[in-house]
Amino acid sequence: MSSVAEHTTEHVHRDDLGSRMGIWLFLFTELVLFGGMFLVYAVYRFMYQHEFHIAAKELNTLIGTLNTLILLTSSLTMVLAIVAIRKDNKYLSIFFQMVTILLAFGFMVNKYFEWTTKIHHGIYPGSETLLAKGNGEVLFFGLYYVMTGLHGLHVLIGMVLIGVMTRFTMTGTVNSDKYIHLEAAGLYWHLVDIIWIFLFPLFYLIT
Amino acid sequence: MSGEQSTSTEQHTIEHKPTYGIYILVWLVLVMLTGVTVAVAGINFGNITVATALTIAVIKSYLVLTFFMHLKAESAMFKIFVSVALLFLLISIALLFSDYSFL
Repeated sequence: MSSVAEHTTEHVHRDDLGSRMGIWLFLFTELVLFGGMFLVYAVYRFMYQHEFHIAAKELNTLIGTLNTLILLTSSLTMVLAIVAIRKDNKYLSIFFQMVTILLAFGFMVNKYFEWTTKIHHGIYPGSETLLAKGNGEVLFFGLYYVMTGLHGLHVLIGMVLIGVMTRFTMTGTVNSDKYIHLEAAGLYWHLVDIIWIFLFPLFYLIT
Repeated sequence: MSGEQSTSTEQHTIEHKPTYGIYILVWLVLVMLTGVTVAVAGINFGNITVATALTIAVIKSYLVLTFFMHLKAESAMFKIFVSVALLFLLISIALLFSDYSFL
């Protein structure tokens, strides 16, 4: 990593703008990943409008709304963690990062209960209860499991990522002058939030 | 904005002074918009129900991109960068619907 010829501490190569651009490029690949799924959703919803409406009645709007609020709040605490570190308020930043992780954990707990309830009701890909229903409902729940599942995976990765950032902040790798790591984790986290902003009305609010 | 090129090494951080207030305000608006989406979902507007939900989602995403993801403070290059990516997504959506809306 540090293959600098001269061992002078004053000339360390650093390009935060380039780093941010790299993160944005990565986020664009995420956009394509989820964008493609939203396109599949759009086509099938168009083809099976009525069945999608019936299937969506199975989803718990209250849990969906709660999770939306949790994720929005976690986005807020994430951005506040960056403000705190820029103001050189290390411990406040660590606090905000931990709150973010905690909220993400809360989101996953809700998701766990939501999924297990569905599975107890016999609704999971390939189940007899589901296969007895129409094609539209099978497709709706297939998309529901894949899209919220992939989104959940992103939440888990985000939790690990922010956890590493908390460690970096503690050790001083992330500080008031150099917070690009935290900024990058933040950008990722907000993208996860944006994806949920679209998932929520499309799956929970179409009854 | 004032046409200064980032040739100096001091340009590696996002400019503008960081403040907590603006983000809390944006969060409040986001929560309010969530409330509106949920409330509106109960009313049947027929065909424009989906359009309403998506419009609110787009507004929320715009707020997250602009403020939480700091696009407001980034250079024009970043804004163009993101706009082009979104434009291509929009093109694929438009092409898809041009195909399926006439089944």
